[in-house]
Amino acid sequence: MSIELKKKLDIALYVFLMLMGAVSILVTFGIVWVLLVDTIRFFTHPDGGGFPSSLIRFFTDKHWTPTFYNKQIGIWPLLNGTFLIAFISMVVAVPLGLVVAIYLSEYASWKTKEAVKPWIDFLEAVPTVVYGYFALLFVTPLLQKFFVYFGVEMEGMNALSPGIVIGIMILPYTASMIEDSFKGVPQYLREASYSLGASKLRTALFVVLPAAKSGVLSAYLLGFSRAIGETMVVAVAAGMYPQLTLNPLEPVQTITGYVVQVALGDLPFGSFEYLSIFAAGFALFAITLVLNSIAVYLKSKSLGY
Amino acid sequence: MEAQTALKETSQKLKEFDIDSYARSVRLRDRVFGVIGLVATFLTLIFLFTISVDLLIDGWSRIKDPAFYTSYPSRFPEQAGILSSWVGTLYVMAGAIFWSITLGVPAGIYLEEYGGKGKVARIIEANIANLAAVPSIIYGLLALGIFVYRFKLGESVLTAGLTLGLLMLPVVVVSTRESIRRIPRSIREASYALGATRWETLLHHIIPYSAGGIFTGIIIAASRAIGETAPLITIGALTFIAFLPPAPWEDFVGMLKSPFTVLPIQMYNWVSRPQEEFHTNAAAAGFVLLMLALLMNSIAFYLRFKVRRRYQW
Repeated sequence: MSIELKKKLDIALYVFLMLMGAVSILVTFGIVWVLLVDTIRFFTHPDGGGFPSSLIRFFTDKHWTPTFYNKQIGIWPLLNGTFLIAFISMVVAVPLGLVVAIYLSEYASWKTKEAVKPWIDFLEAVPTVVYGYFALLFVTPLLQKFFVYFGVEMEGMNALSPGIVIGIMILPYTASMIEDSFKGVPQYLREASYSLGASKLRTALFVVLPAAKSGVLSAYLLGFSRAIGETMVVAVAAGMYPQLTLNPLEPVQTITGYVVQVALGDLPFGSFEYLSIFAAGFALFAITLVLNSIAVYLKSKSLGY
Repeated sequence: MEAQTALKETSQKLKEFDIDSYARSVRLRDRVFGVIGLVATFLTLIFLFTISVDLLIDGWSRIKDPAFYTSYPSRFPEQAGILSSWVGTLYVMAGAIFWSITLGVPAGIYLEEYGGKGKVARIIEANIANLAAVPSIIYGLLALGIFVYRFKLGESVLTAGLTLGLLMLPVVVVSTRESIRRIPRSIREASYALGATRWETLLHHIIPYSAGGIFTGIIIAASRAIGETAPLITIGALTFIAFLPPAPWEDFVGMLKSPFTVLPIQMYNWVSRPQEEFHTNAAAAGFVLLMLALLMNSIAFYLRFKVRRRYQW
């Protein structure tokens, strides 16, 4: 093969690789474009009252019923369900995630860590619909028995049990990210603390944790964002009733749950119902994007050592 | 005067301070937390174990029935099976792996080998990090809006494969980069010194040495994608399919265009029915899914172990 040909091949390969790398940018553009275009079409659709009254109704209506005859398009009930479940899951994941991360990074021996790691990897691969099954047919009946004991009725579809299950689901993810940020804390800080007579626990809580606080916060935000975008657990176990409530024992609907519910029916392209899942999806995308951006910013700040 | 009494009091307190019992209580607290940490860590594993056992017990009557794996879904729960869904999963995953390799591996090689600290590389890198955190259902909306309706690919095996392939992309890119990074510079420089061009070095050295690591990443990504339900429901995957897509060696295009169902969707369909008999089927399908994911993770674990032993620079 001549040198010239080889040189040309070199350039061709470079161009090919760069184009393939650029496909990921195309994907992002595709997501933003499709969400934006169909959300605009949603707000200009006559069924929603047309622009700008549809946009005002989006933030002022108290019900979300784009699939009904009487169409109301207030996003709040969906946001209510989404955030209620995400908060419940964080109540589980925040303390447990911190404990697991401190244990793995400060206490556990190398052997324990090596033994636990592959299982934590595997936990990420458990299909979410399996978690949904578990929430609906194992956790909910268990909680119902527990609440009957106190004389409280709990509905078969509720926010509490998917919230708890999602919390445990995002736990390995959150814990391993917190552990990563603990790893970034230099050893000499720990040793300084030990030399002053502090115990392991005190060192972990008052030296390592403050030193890694932005990384920890970033891990929690990413976990929260994941809980918000979680779909199958809530589609199975949270019900399909969008309402404004803070009672975790009642059925709710999340943005993701709504998308699944509508997508299961037959959607004519461009209909109001079809467009409504893009408007809801746009809201979801915007929320997770903001959370992820803050998380990335915090993480970049934590590399101070 | 006052300062002196304060000093006296402090020294008195210091004398009375029982350092041994204090140290004991601190050590005890430390040990107690160690136990709590261990329990919390194993709690997640216990949770996993509980799920598996729950699925196994609930679905046992169907799991042990060979007809479950060879029959189509049905109105009658005891006759319903997962034939069309596991075949669909096979086709869709083949597509997803194909797309994630063709798009993800070159992107990873570009970022690691050519990217450096250039602007283009930095943008692509930030973009991939961002894509990794996008909820999977958003990929479903992308596929519905673009692949299904604007490219007119329909609710087909091809669309599903593409969608899951894009979902796997970030993991594949990151693992490609990591396994290339492990190859020492000296290998590259030796190759250049012998007069090899960049593509020769890439083809003869970089790719073969990193192939094990890249494969591990692809299997990990695939094990996560195999359970993905939300994006496929969004593109309108059917839940009741009583036929198989044509075999790829007979009618490749027909296979790509064929409607499909996959295991997690079949399971979702059964879970969301009110009859309890269908829940048995759902548990059985869930157990099969869980075992598939476990199998893939074990292969990845074994591969990682092998790769580490094979190349020790």
